[in-house]
Amino acid sequence: MKRTPIFEAARLVFQRDLTLAWRRWDEVTQPLIFYVVVTTMFPLATTPDLAQLRVISGGVVWVAALLSSLLALEALFRSDVEDGTTEQWVLSGQPLGWLLLSKVAAHWMLTGLPLVVMSPIVGTALGLPFNAWGTLVISLLLGTGTLSILGGIGAALTVGVRRGSVLLSLLVLPLAMPLLIFGARSVGMVMDGESPAGPLQLLAAIFFMALSLGPLAMSAAIRISVEN
Amino acid sequence: MAFDGALFEARAINAWRGDRHILRDVSFTVRSGEFLKITGPNGVGKTTLLRVICGLLPAETGAMQWRGQPIRGAVDEFHTDLAYLGHLNSLKSDLTARENLKFLSGLRQSLTTEDIDSALDRVGILSRGDLPARSLSAGQKRRLALARLVLADAALWILDEPVTNLDTAGIALVEELIHEHVSGGGLAIAAAHQRLLDDAAILRRLELEP
Repeated sequence: MKRTPIFEAARLVFQRDLTLAWRRWDEVTQPLIFYVVVTTMFPLATTPDLAQLRVISGGVVWVAALLSSLLALEALFRSDVEDGTTEQWVLSGQPLGWLLLSKVAAHWMLTGLPLVVMSPIVGTALGLPFNAWGTLVISLLLGTGTLSILGGIGAALTVGVRRGSVLLSLLVLPLAMPLLIFGARSVGMVMDGESPAGPLQLLAAIFFMALSLGPLAMSAAIRISVEN
Repeated sequence: MAFDGALFEARAINAWRGDRHILRDVSFTVRSGEFLKITGPNGVGKTTLLRVICGLLPAETGAMQWRGQPIRGAVDEFHTDLAYLGHLNSLKSDLTARENLKFLSGLRQSLTTEDIDSALDRVGILSRGDLPARSLSAGQKRRLALARLVLADAALWILDEPVTNLDTAGIALVEELIHEHVSGGGLAIAAAHQRLLDDAAILRRLELEP
């Protein structure tokens, strides 16, 4: 028998998580439902006047996306650590950070990507102009991606802690503030007729930093949790 | 055989859990063709020792060598030579028996459907292959975890209470698997309370004392 190449290993982890999600689809759809419900509440609670809603639309969509992504994060590694799967990953001879990154990618595809896809519709309901769609989608793509990795680090650190969800929010939310500021600002700038390139480039920079350093942090945190 | 000449050596291992000094100067060697059985009362540190060997737990002091090389610094190579069966079966209850093997053993070796079927057949649960793991009995789950050893193609087996939940036939199966592996030049280290290959010539014992 021959050793599994690392891309094949990543594909197996990815495919495994999609298979598991397909059998537990209710857990996966929860963030999306939360996202849609929260954003539709704003016109009810404030004003149905689109001209006024338009001012806050970018910010509302961004805050809702941020909180929805956090919802699903807490359980990210829990079941794998509890049933001993991560132990076997550590011993598989494959780079652990790579396997964990692949798991986070599957998680993003199941929870982050649907939010991004829904965002133009949700934004339009809040009066977001058509010309801001592109910026909203790009900023959310980068933002939810970064958040999945940051959340992955947080989830890996708190997986051994009972009732770790509060701790996870405290850890991840401060780190997510730059994303919120640059993301919401990029949408705002487009609506003001300016170029959103600056904040988008900053978002991209943060994303690639998280992508390169995140796996190291996640694997170190998981190794600690496996020790217990 | 591929595993010939393999040697695992541990010298003066000390490990603490919290402020309890659990492993005190544990030293042993296991050679190709040997089965080391670790015995001792509950809580004496058998699982801790096995996890230290695997590298899942750090040892505060001590040195371990594999094939004459220090393990520290060549961890990935050591792990590809090692198959670990822990307390936990490492199964996903929502996946079928086949999928469990495909997604976990597949990380080590590229597996074909025939590989998986023959491993399931070897541990006697081929007919349960397409059932979700949650609907298997405790003993069948343990057998499914044993199938990973069959697929691992690893020289060193580390087994933590391998016969938990198994019936008489299952215990015989574990003895057979270990015997086959070790006679083929492999090494096995197991922690066990029950009789396990107690009369076999390949057996060596390590008694941990509190």
